[in-house]
Amino acid sequence: MSGGSFYQRDRRWHPPAYDPGYKTSVTRSPQKALIALDNTLSEMTGPVFGHDTLGPLDDDMILNFAKDGEPIGQRIIVHGRVLDEDARPVPGALIEVWQANAGGRYRHKKESYLAPLDPNFGGCGRTISGPDGSYRFRTIKPGPYPWPNGPNDWRPAHIHFSIFGQGFAQRLITQMYFEGDPLIWLCPIVSTIPDKAAIERLIAPLDMANTVPMDARAYKFDIVLRGRRSTLFENRMEGN
Amino acid sequence: MVQSLDRLKESPSQTAGPYVHIGCTPNYCGIEQVFPEDLGSRMLKEETRGERIRIVGRVFDGVGTPLKDALVEVWQADAAGLYPSPQETRGKADPAFTGFGRSAGDMATGEFVFETIKPGSVPFKDGRPQAPHVTLWIVARGINIGLHTRLYFGDEGAANEADPILARIEHRSRVATLIAPKTVEGGIATYRHDIFLQGEKETIFFDI
Ligand SMILES: [Fe+2]
Repeated sequence: MSGGSFYQRDRRWHPPAYDPGYKTSVTRSPQKALIALDNTLSEMTGPVFGHDTLGPLDDDMILNFAKDGEPIGQRIIVHGRVLDEDARPVPGALIEVWQANAGGRYRHKKESYLAPLDPNFGGCGRTISGPDGSYRFRTIKPGPYPWPNGPNDWRPAHIHFSIFGQGFAQRLITQMYFEGDPLIWLCPIVSTIPDKAAIERLIAPLDMANTVPMDARAYKFDIVLRGRRSTLFENRMEGN
Repeated sequence: MVQSLDRLKESPSQTAGPYVHIGCTPNYCGIEQVFPEDLGSRMLKEETRGERIRIVGRVFDGVGTPLKDALVEVWQADAAGLYPSPQETRGKADPAFTGFGRSAGDMATGEFVFETIKPGSVPFKDGRPQAPHVTLWIVARGINIGLHTRLYFGDEGAANEADPILARIEHRSRVATLIAPKTVEGGIATYRHDIFLQGEKETIFFDI
């Protein structure tokens, strides 16, 4: 397998570092310009995680923390493909996910929302994309939750995604939202993304064709990582 | 009209949020029954080749407060300068070295720690050597898109002087934000590397 440097990231498509509507970004956003760095091997390579990294229930948040029963909530399957910007599948991509339970409560020491913990729900899972870039996991639909930003800000229901591609330059963390959730368009974190078309790329549609009758509804969420140049015309050593 | 490039747009980034540890270091935040260990928590084995070092630091916001909810990842070459990656075509990297580390800042102090080895030199695109370095990636609540930076080693003065990336940085006073001074703590070479998100000491972040 070989590949060249990655296509330049479209920084106007991503959220800017500074967005006063999302208050925490105000003191955590670099103010100086990023310095352009032509990809070297340090950016073009990245860690590889084999399927032996995974346990049998890693992709099943309904069962991977279950103690004395299954978690409360709407059973769902999330599936899709990891592609690059040239629509080529990205196989072997490690996808880590985390989320609140059905009531909107996270299992975390610093979480203070009054909704109860679910003793059978941990809220973390992971999987690796197959040869065609496809992935899937099973979970409970997370609930929306309030958060301290404005006096009455609520996060839409969402699942956090962390994705490793083939090069460290492709490293990405994002969030998946659910079709039809009115809170999406009220959320200051969603609104850090300037372009409506970009936001829509994070909204997973209900997928009845992959819904398991009498068991779990499906949502389809494709992920696009940066594409890369062919090595044909670059990486020539000096003197070549 | 012209033909279409038929290119997709990258999925836009969103902040990792305050609960990134649930997904990325669940054992560290008390969810211990799901994964046997946290990804990237052990970079070394006994047989890993190279000089043992420790990288420590904190991430500071614009008012000088250390972040206690950041997640820092590192990616680096082995002691011979080879990456443990299928994209590495120059040779085979040390199989006892992962090259990847991940550290949640300490919940009380915000300090991140990596027990690793000092990397060898990796070539620049034109074949010139780069000074030994480690790539860092930082995410946290309030960071809308992960920040890429590098750590260079304070005891590699000559190599740092000749490094093609450091040489291109226009504001020379900022180069020091990428260089970690060496101390010896508990008998082990320790590179202390604080990262400043904003302000006079703002760390150089790269658009890679
Ligand atoms: Fe969240």
